Amino acid sequence: MNLHEYQSKELFAKYGIPAPAGKVAASPEDAVEAAKALGGSLWVVKAQVHAGGRGKAGGVKVCKTLKEVAAATRAMLGTILVTHQTGPEGLPVHKVYVEVGSRIQRELYLSLLLDRARSRLSFIVSQAGGMDIEEVAAHTPEKILKVEIHPAAGLMGYQCRQLAFGLGLEGEQIKQFEKIARGLYQLYLDADLALVEINPLIVTAEGTLLALDGKLNVDANAVYRQPVIAQYRDVSQEDAAEVEASKHDLNYVSLSGDIACMVNGAGLAMATMDLIQLHGGSPANFLDVGGGATAARVTAAFKLILSNANVKAIFVNIFGGIVKCNLIAEGIIEAVKTVGVNVPVVVRLQGTNRDQAAQLLAESGLAIVARNDLTDAAREVVRLAAQYAATSASAAA
Amino acid sequence: MSILLNKKSRVICQGFTGNQGTFHSQGCLDYGTQLVGGVTPGRGGQKHLGLPVFNTAHEAVKATGADVSMIYVPAGGAADAILEAADAGIKLIVCITEGIPVNDMVRVKETLKSYDTRLVGPNCPGVITPGAAKVGIMPGHIHLPGRVGIVSRSGTLTYEAVHQTTQLGLGQSTCVGIGGDPVRGMNFIDVLALFEQDPQTEGIIMVGEIGGTDEEAAAAFIRDHVTKPVVAYIAGVTAPPGKRMGHAGAVISGGKGTADDKFAALEAARVITVRSPADLGKAMAKALAKRDAKVAKAKLALKPAGSTKVKSKLKAVAAKAQPVAAKAKSKAKVKAKAKAKTKTKAKTKTKAKPKAKPKTKVVAKAKRAPARKK
Repeated sequence: MNLHEYQSKELFAKYGIPAPAGKVAASPEDAVEAAKALGGSLWVVKAQVHAGGRGKAGGVKVCKTLKEVAAATRAMLGTILVTHQTGPEGLPVHKVYVEVGSRIQRELYLSLLLDRARSRLSFIVSQAGGMDIEEVAAHTPEKILKVEIHPAAGLMGYQCRQLAFGLGLEGEQIKQFEKIARGLYQLYLDADLALVEINPLIVTAEGTLLALDGKLNVDANAVYRQPVIAQYRDVSQEDAAEVEASKHDLNYVSLSGDIACMVNGAGLAMATMDLIQLHGGSPANFLDVGGGATAARVTAAFKLILSNANVKAIFVNIFGGIVKCNLIAEGIIEAVKTVGVNVPVVVRLQGTNRDQAAQLLAESGLAIVARNDLTDAAREVVRLAAQYAATSASAAA
Repeated sequence: MSILLNKKSRVICQGFTGNQGTFHSQGCLDYGTQLVGGVTPGRGGQKHLGLPVFNTAHEAVKATGADVSMIYVPAGGAADAILEAADAGIKLIVCITEGIPVNDMVRVKETLKSYDTRLVGPNCPGVITPGAAKVGIMPGHIHLPGRVGIVSRSGTLTYEAVHQTTQLGLGQSTCVGIGGDPVRGMNFIDVLALFEQDPQTEGIIMVGEIGGTDEEAAAAFIRDHVTKPVVAYIAGVTAPPGKRMGHAGAVISGGKGTADDKFAALEAARVITVRSPADLGKAMAKALAKRDAKVAKAKLALKPAGSTKVKSKLKAVAAKAQPVAAKAKSKAKVKAKAKAKTKTKAKTKTKAKPKAKPKTKVVAKAKRAPARKK
């Protein structure tokens, strides 16, 4: 679960991590009030979306007057911001963050995340701040410094110094950095984060450290025990179908193709998408209905995948292990009847009671193509999708 | 032989009396697993599924001599349950639970280093040694004792690989679902090392997916340490970056963990890769046939040509090399026969097992156990 910059900075404040003074606003009037309250003569208006790369996309504006603050806010609110991280569909801007402008001497990079290969948390810092860290890692890996934290010892003073000196900090800045690093580490543990990134962490013209941006990601497995942070969720920043899916405990991810999939198990669901592509088709979604694929869930799943108007065929791929294929077949028949499916449906059921299931599907009188073999099924659904697309196109013509 | 789990394994279940624990414990019992009891705090002294319930893992181990634990404790308490099992002296901990917070697992993983124990999972289907024992949620009846070791991050994809190798008569030595979380117990490398040493395992199927770099590490390990043929498949070629694909660990982040990178690393390590999960079994059958032919040739080269001894030897080797289909058929026959016998007889067989028990009986038991469940 991602947080907005303004939410991240609320948490930073609680953990003693310095950031420029700022206020969140949902209208141009609010933004002007915020700027007035913050004082000074230089403000930055920032669009609040769950994506980076806002600056280049016009989502960050430096303003010298209150008029400019109002104009920048008006220009952003209610629009869809497209950055290199959002994909072409972009994300809606419902709020802006108005912040006091800072004079920047240096831009640094600081993040804390799980190093999966080591199963430990690691701080990653770089003097090349303000840039895409993946670019830095790819082209100038020597500019990246990594420090791994032992879970029992926690973050140690020597590690903070290692990082601070690695960033070329000096004097008071070393102590300031240690405070920031310790705050971030504590925040990471307390809030069950999966990532915290400050890019850039700046050295101001006055020589002090400030978190100019803040990106936090919360471990989805831990949201249940983070009631305060759970309220930070902003579903407007998430795909509508994915939000709907989460209500039914379905794992769903929207994709751009036209063959919808419904599968049990995450691995098999990914493999099914890959199979569709391997045979010349294009998957419309990832959907894992989970181990207990009941009729109710299958119905919810059908409704969900049919909410995508691009869908030209449906591929149901179930390996009946503990779940029996005949029960799933009953669920599919019921769902197809209640939901009303117009596109071709190919069902591949393998495992327990598959023959009974095939018989049920055959006798249902519904236009469901049943296949046992995975490859056959994938080829068939790709063929039927193309056929459906061709006939609906000629019908339209 | 097999890895991790055998007929002698004595298993307890943590989270025994819950819905999941009850359902899957019954499944394991039906399969013939030596489940000797379970743990549910506060319900010590009761009986569940005819087995003793204990308040703590320590009590359970002391009373039953268990060396394996399977965990169905809900996510909030699962990290605690894993460490409780380790502290009680359990040697193999299989954690089925999905959704454990990652930071909990970071602490667990580090702490486990101070115990002589192995963790499989979390968020996994478990471990099965076909014909001997099942510890987890996999459907036992699709398995067949045999030659192929399977290690996988995905549950249902493992079943695909199992199903295909069973259909082709290759069978499985042990199948290990290592789980879909970013921080887990045993990894590909740990399991590969065990399969390499296991005489029953002749070939290895490895099923990976996007996210992390464990498949790349496995590729390097295979290149340097594995002599047996390895067939690999990676799921998620079409997965978009930055999206969590069902499993907590299945996410491409920072441009790392793509399926293409993993395929490339495996291919560079001369691993046989397949682009469709439907081809896993066929590719393994081909690799094993090639290996068998090589073995036969090497044995032939050791003997002087023309001798009758060689001929008979060759026949024997050839029979060993290509017996799978025939063997499977004969096994099927035995199975049918076994079915005709009384059920109670099969049960007493497991308890008072004769020393040199023919393999076919194991198959019969394995295959009919789930049928009983229905």
